[in-house]
Amino acid sequence: MTYHANKKGYYGEFGGAYIPEMLYPNCEELRQNYIRIMEEPSFKEEFDQLLKDYVGRPTPLYFAKRLSEKYGTKIYLKREDLCHTGAHKVNNTIGQILMAQRLGKNRIIAETGAGQHGVATATVCALMGIECIVYMGEIDIARQAPNVARMKMLGAEVRPALSGSRTLKDATNEAIRDWINNPVDTHYIIGSVVGPHPYPDMVARFQSVISKEIKWQLQEREGRENPDYVVACVGGGSNAAGAYYHYLDNPNVGIIAVEAAGKGVNSGESAATSALGKVGIIHGSKTLLMQTTDGQITEPYSISAGLDYPGVGPMHAHLFKSGRGEFISITDDEAMIAGLEMAQLEGIIPAIETSHAFAIFNHRKFKADDVVVVNLSGRGDKDLDTYIDYFKL
Amino acid sequence: MNNRINNKMNSEGKLLSIYFTAGYPALNDTAKIIQDLEKNGVDMIEIGLPFSDPLADGPTIQASSTAALKNGMTTEILFEQLKNIRNSVSIPLIIMGYFNPMLQYGVEAFCEKCEEIGIDGLIIPDLPVDVYHEEYQKTFEKYGLINVFLITPQTSEERIRFIDKVSKGFIYMVSSASVTGSGKGFGHMQTDYFKRISDMQLSNPQIVGFGIKDTETYQQATKTAKGAIIGSAFINHLTESGTDSVSDFIAKIH
Ligand SMILES: Cc1ncc(COP(=O)(O)O)c(C=O)c1O
Repeated sequence: MTYHANKKGYYGEFGGAYIPEMLYPNCEELRQNYIRIMEEPSFKEEFDQLLKDYVGRPTPLYFAKRLSEKYGTKIYLKREDLCHTGAHKVNNTIGQILMAQRLGKNRIIAETGAGQHGVATATVCALMGIECIVYMGEIDIARQAPNVARMKMLGAEVRPALSGSRTLKDATNEAIRDWINNPVDTHYIIGSVVGPHPYPDMVARFQSVISKEIKWQLQEREGRENPDYVVACVGGGSNAAGAYYHYLDNPNVGIIAVEAAGKGVNSGESAATSALGKVGIIHGSKTLLMQTTDGQITEPYSISAGLDYPGVGPMHAHLFKSGRGEFISITDDEAMIAGLEMAQLEGIIPAIETSHAFAIFNHRKFKADDVVVVNLSGRGDKDLDTYIDYFKL
Repeated sequence: MNNRINNKMNSEGKLLSIYFTAGYPALNDTAKIIQDLEKNGVDMIEIGLPFSDPLADGPTIQASSTAALKNGMTTEILFEQLKNIRNSVSIPLIIMGYFNPMLQYGVEAFCEKCEEIGIDGLIIPDLPVDVYHEEYQKTFEKYGLINVFLITPQTSEERIRFIDKVSKGFIYMVSSASVTGSGKGFGHMQTDYFKRISDMQLSNPQIVGFGIKDTETYQQATKTAKGAIIGSAFINHLTESGTDSVSDFIAKIH
């Protein structure tokens, strides 16, 4: 039994490539080459070097003493918030820009919701001197002004997605349409473990550096490679996929996925895909997604723009369906309170996405000698306005 | 297999096929548009089942889909509107839609309903030929449905041959690497591609779609292909002139 993708990009019944024929050559080129390229020594060397010198890896695995005392268990934080650009997203964009170069592409497109992935993509394009176009829903452009400015400063063009609900899913549609219109020179840097095969597997491999480091770091600290639990928030699922990756097939390591319940799972304003989703197809992948009974994709809601996706990567759909992962939904309020607590107990202001993961400790008991690793996927600078509004700071 | 699509493909002359989005401009325009198209000499119709996230479509069809969904269109309502369509219409009818709404309806139930109504075929851009061949072909054929696949200028010869083998009606030849509605007229790229495909001597006839918008593009496309499909240009016409002037639009093409 494995929880990794098979050759055709399926995780159990989920995944695959449900794409229009117009996209077939693009995806096929990637599918035929991605593993070979990733395994080339020169690729590995360049990737590792950039992660070290440019991103600042390895990120620390930090023992959160006060948080651990409060909740009576051993809590470690994997500090992806210390990555350049402030979140794990850059691990993937570094990998994909190197991939694009080796495939001979000279134009990059990406989608973004909150702007974190857009910034991480614009960053690596600036680094490599490659043209960059980021699609972003018109509504998100209005509510994420600082990240729009960052992308522009980095030399990217931000194109508004005007179709549908004008948010992340529509930005993804627009990026895919762009790729259809530009099949030869363009690489699409998708921002999470979503989309058609080979994207979920490729992005998971690039993010897997997170759990690769956790293993040796935990060995150093605790004399064991394996924690009892790994906890991560799940939007599309890329930081979670990276944190789980080397533990997926080890049943001794519990996997906990935290989704955004928004105003409550049954409030009609939620992004808790595992609780509310049904099997279907979104952005070329068979997975769980929020939809009407008629199969129209619905608009999710969460206070955190990065968790505001109506689907979830096929790896996570499989972890949920098979019972391998434990899925928990956290409301806006619970997340905000957990974020504040994190700031005041550990001196770390987390991204609101990550705050959802910390709310786990009010939801679930852990044993005193459990070792729990929480993936601290990003820092809260980008969310200050939301924290200010919420807490009237 | 022999259905209205095959009979039409075997008939003399070039074919004009029209795509429209069901439920647009108004929810209950579906049957009237189909009847008017047939009256005006259209050879085949693609009835678009609207989807919230139509990946392969440009702004025109996206907007008509969004409007149709706002008007309240659903799979159930479309089937209801088409229930008696065979009393008045005899040309081939194809439902074109994305796979997710069909999955939610149930693929087999969907096919069964299509047969009951007298739908002849389906075009599902995001159901790849490989998946269809492995998982769904038997079901579609059980209900006498012809599934139509797309090829593009980028599709490899090997894959075109495979698509030709799986296809039982015609091949939908996408005119250029693009989403629908991005037609800037046809240049050498297209005419070379049309000829290349024609020279392959495929067993299925080819119908060209995407970017056909007037007499000129229609004639260029049908020089080698059996027919052509007009979508966005017809939707634009409906948007500008309403449903009472279908004849004006068709007269301009033929
Ligand atoms: C800090 C942070 N964490 C998590 C996410 C959610 O994405 P994923 O589930 O792919 O990790 C985002 C997305 O923008 C993010 O910025």
